[in-house]
Amino acid sequence: MSGEDGGQGRIGELLRDHRESVLDRWVALVVAGLRGRLTEGELRGELTELYGLIERAAGGDGTASGELHAALADISRSRARQGFSPSETAISVFTLKQAVYEQIENAGDPATYTAFIAFSQSVDDLGLVTFETYAAAREQVIADQAEQLLELSTPVVKLWDGILGVPLVGTLDSARTQVVMEALLEMLVDTGSEYAVIDITGVPAVDTEVAQHLLKTVMAARLMGTECVISGIRPQIAQTIVTLGIEFGDIVTKATLADALAYALDHSGVAVDAKAGA
Amino acid sequence: MTTPPPEELAIGSGDDVVRVRQLVRTAAGHAGMSLVDQTKLITAASELARNTFVYGGGGAVRVEHVVNARGRAGVRIAFSDRGPGIPDVDQALTEGWTSGGGLGLGLSGARRLVDEFELETEVGKGTTVTVTKWTR
Repeated sequence: MSGEDGGQGRIGELLRDHRESVLDRWVALVVAGLRGRLTEGELRGELTELYGLIERAAGGDGTASGELHAALADISRSRARQGFSPSETAISVFTLKQAVYEQIENAGDPATYTAFIAFSQSVDDLGLVTFETYAAAREQVIADQAEQLLELSTPVVKLWDGILGVPLVGTLDSARTQVVMEALLEMLVDTGSEYAVIDITGVPAVDTEVAQHLLKTVMAARLMGTECVISGIRPQIAQTIVTLGIEFGDIVTKATLADALAYALDHSGVAVDAKAGA
Repeated sequence: MTTPPPEELAIGSGDDVVRVRQLVRTAAGHAGMSLVDQTKLITAASELARNTFVYGGGGAVRVEHVVNARGRAGVRIAFSDRGPGIPDVDQALTEGWTSGGGLGLGLSGARRLVDEFELETEVGKGTTVTVTKWTR
């Protein structure tokens, strides 16, 4: 019988008959590949489950291959989250080939080699599945971080009674502007502030899009009765803005956050005592 | 001094505009430009890269180091797309005119921010804008 069903059947038999030794070897190879970042116990649990599924899939069980893909996807996702490298992730699958091959060599049955080629190909396919899931999981991590960064980097702080500060750091694109504008307008309602200082010291380049976003934010705040002061305009930015031909119109701009704060304090009727300050 | 090889980058999203800026920042720094000139070139590149993405439907950028006849170093940046092209170049270079929702200063402003500006466009075929800035 075993000669006729060939391919996967023969390997299925081998996986079943030599379960202990192949599994042991596989676990040992993976442990060596991960250099002790996961304990043998943890790995053995994972791999025993995979081994069972691979064994059933090799024996021609259709539902097993679906379960196998799901289990592999779970493992690669958790590897990606834990910060394992792609090769460390893929090694868990590819080392099975070596374990099985060594077993075949020990048995010394030449007919099994042909079956091994087909088996090797299906292991490669499984390897690709881990790779794709790994990459997708990493992308997700990056997307999550980008979103967190968006919120982190746009705080609205209270500088004084009636004066808000919006320190902008990084690239100002439409999404960021939207977040800034919403945060600012909400804070304006909550605090009833009459002045807002938008500091762009941390914005590396002010092009027409950034300027347009700034202007829109200022206009929106103005509609709510708040005057905005833009501060942190460095010399190179000032020259670039002039050359570009952007006009900030009647919007008050200052070189530093300190100047802007002094302006806002002065206009809200707060006297700063020179003796205390300097 | 060894000049770094030209670098190319595809422009297919808003994030790529940020990458173009970083690429140009590195190139301008390497060419020894002053902070003001660096900022001008980066801003011009930012405008043009966004034009390539928004109006040209995406394309590519090529950043290379050049040396003129008098031995002065500079950076040349070429933006190309296979978009709809610009039907009226004079109008496109007019201040305040925009076919989108922008301020209408990008193209004309970028021209003033650099030393050399070359615009090749054919309706239906695409647009290539090449700018050069020399170190002073």
